[in-house]
Amino acid sequence: MSTDAKGLNFVKLAPWIYTAALFAIWEAAVWIFNLPVTFLPAPSRIAAAIVQYWGPIWSNSIQTLYTTLLGFVLAMVGGLAIGLLIGWSRSIYAGLYPLMIGFNAIPKVAVVPILIIWFGIGSIPAIITAFLISFFPIVVNVATGLATIEPETEDILRALGAKKMDIMIKVGIPRSMPYFFASLKVAITLAFVGSVLSETVGSNTGLGNMMAAAQSRFNVPLVFAGLVMLAIEGIVMYAIMAWIERRMTGWAHRSSMG
Amino acid sequence: MHLVNIDDVEMRYGGPEGTLAVSGLNVKMDRGEFVAVVGPSGCGKSTLMKLTTGLQRPQKGAVVVAGKEVTKPISIVGMAFQNPIMLPWRTTLDNILLPLEIVEKHRKRIRTHRKEYVERAEHLLELVGLKGFGEKFPWQLSGGMQQRANLCRALIHEPELLMLDEPFGALDAFTREELWCVIRDLHANTDVTVMLVTHDLRESAFLADRILVMSARPGRVLADHEVPFARPRQLDLLYDNDFNHLVQELHSEIARARDNA
Repeated sequence: MSTDAKGLNFVKLAPWIYTAALFAIWEAAVWIFNLPVTFLPAPSRIAAAIVQYWGPIWSNSIQTLYTTLLGFVLAMVGGLAIGLLIGWSRSIYAGLYPLMIGFNAIPKVAVVPILIIWFGIGSIPAIITAFLISFFPIVVNVATGLATIEPETEDILRALGAKKMDIMIKVGIPRSMPYFFASLKVAITLAFVGSVLSETVGSNTGLGNMMAAAQSRFNVPLVFAGLVMLAIEGIVMYAIMAWIERRMTGWAHRSSMG
Repeated sequence: MHLVNIDDVEMRYGGPEGTLAVSGLNVKMDRGEFVAVVGPSGCGKSTLMKLTTGLQRPQKGAVVVAGKEVTKPISIVGMAFQNPIMLPWRTTLDNILLPLEIVEKHRKRIRTHRKEYVERAEHLLELVGLKGFGEKFPWQLSGGMQQRANLCRALIHEPELLMLDEPFGALDAFTREELWCVIRDLHANTDVTVMLVTHDLRESAFLADRILVMSARPGRVLADHEVPFARPRQLDLLYDNDFNHLVQELHSEIARARDNA
């Protein structure tokens, strides 16, 4: 029993230990190789920058979080809707899927200038980029959940007189939920990529803009401070999505529950 | 008057050049009868099930069930397959109640009369030896228990015709024999008509009143055996000489049907 408890504790501590180790090695490497701060600042230097510039870092972090989450929520609603739609009908699937593959293949960095022409500098291009980049995995996952309904389940229900809508509501939608919630974890991290991309290419707010500005002034510690903030926001949002996933579709993780 | 009357039916999948699954198929079943269908693999046993339940319509011939030609799915059937396919987000009880949320006759009533239906489900659970397991999720049950629950789901809307497609194929020998007795008792205690599609010849001989041997594709009925053993049948029948004789006869008929393919 005691070894079990110890093992469990170690697993729980592991993320903190590994993270601490990474920063320790980083700090040591900068010190040993005497790297200039404009090349790679040490974690202690980055921490100092975070304290020093806390005001702008905080407001830009909130701005990035805001555009990311808004784009993500749009992607969640739109992705679920389109996913259900293409899972519903083979012809809609056949028609829409190539279009979506095409859209997904377009580098989003090439879309941002167009969005700026349409909507001007501001939050809207960032929100739309976050939406565009995180939308696709949600659609694909929801459609997969619907497409993999066992034919026997459909046969049993159809033999009882079930309409397509009945099968969708009783089986299709609940069945695609684990796929949907799993895709949210991928989508939220992609949404950050989208909003920061848009802020970097053309914006006057957000972490992306802050890092671009800092870079042009060779304020490398502030660039890294921005990266650290992005990593923290990404991890927190991912953890929230993972928590929601477990809460909503615990039945799909039965092996870990039993 | 037969409950099921399949008359000279032909069924081809995938257009005029597609696979001919069954041809010249004739099957008649009386009310309350227990009919087993055996045959080489790919003989159209599943097609027979789909035709009878209205999931497929034949290109030629007629399928008449309970006096009406089958043109769309008919809800007087209950089905159970080898794979129990319980929905993992529902408890066992809610899985069993699922057909009632679909069948026209019950779907409006179940909201207001849920208690009555739950009692019916619990009665069925007791019949198959699963009393008290309704609140468990299906993935908390063993394979044999899931298959028992699957039978309850097939029976909850009191179907006149129960269609079983190799329901015990994936179970171990002892569990299978236990479930044979469950089916035997269900059939004895209700007036349900059963069609059992199986590869297990001993299963067919133990359970059925009549055994239909089907040919290789395109499937049709080669032989129709009355099973002479008196009911109620006990498991020691499996070691009876006449029983083994019948099983051997079925076996050689199917072997011949395969060779002729």
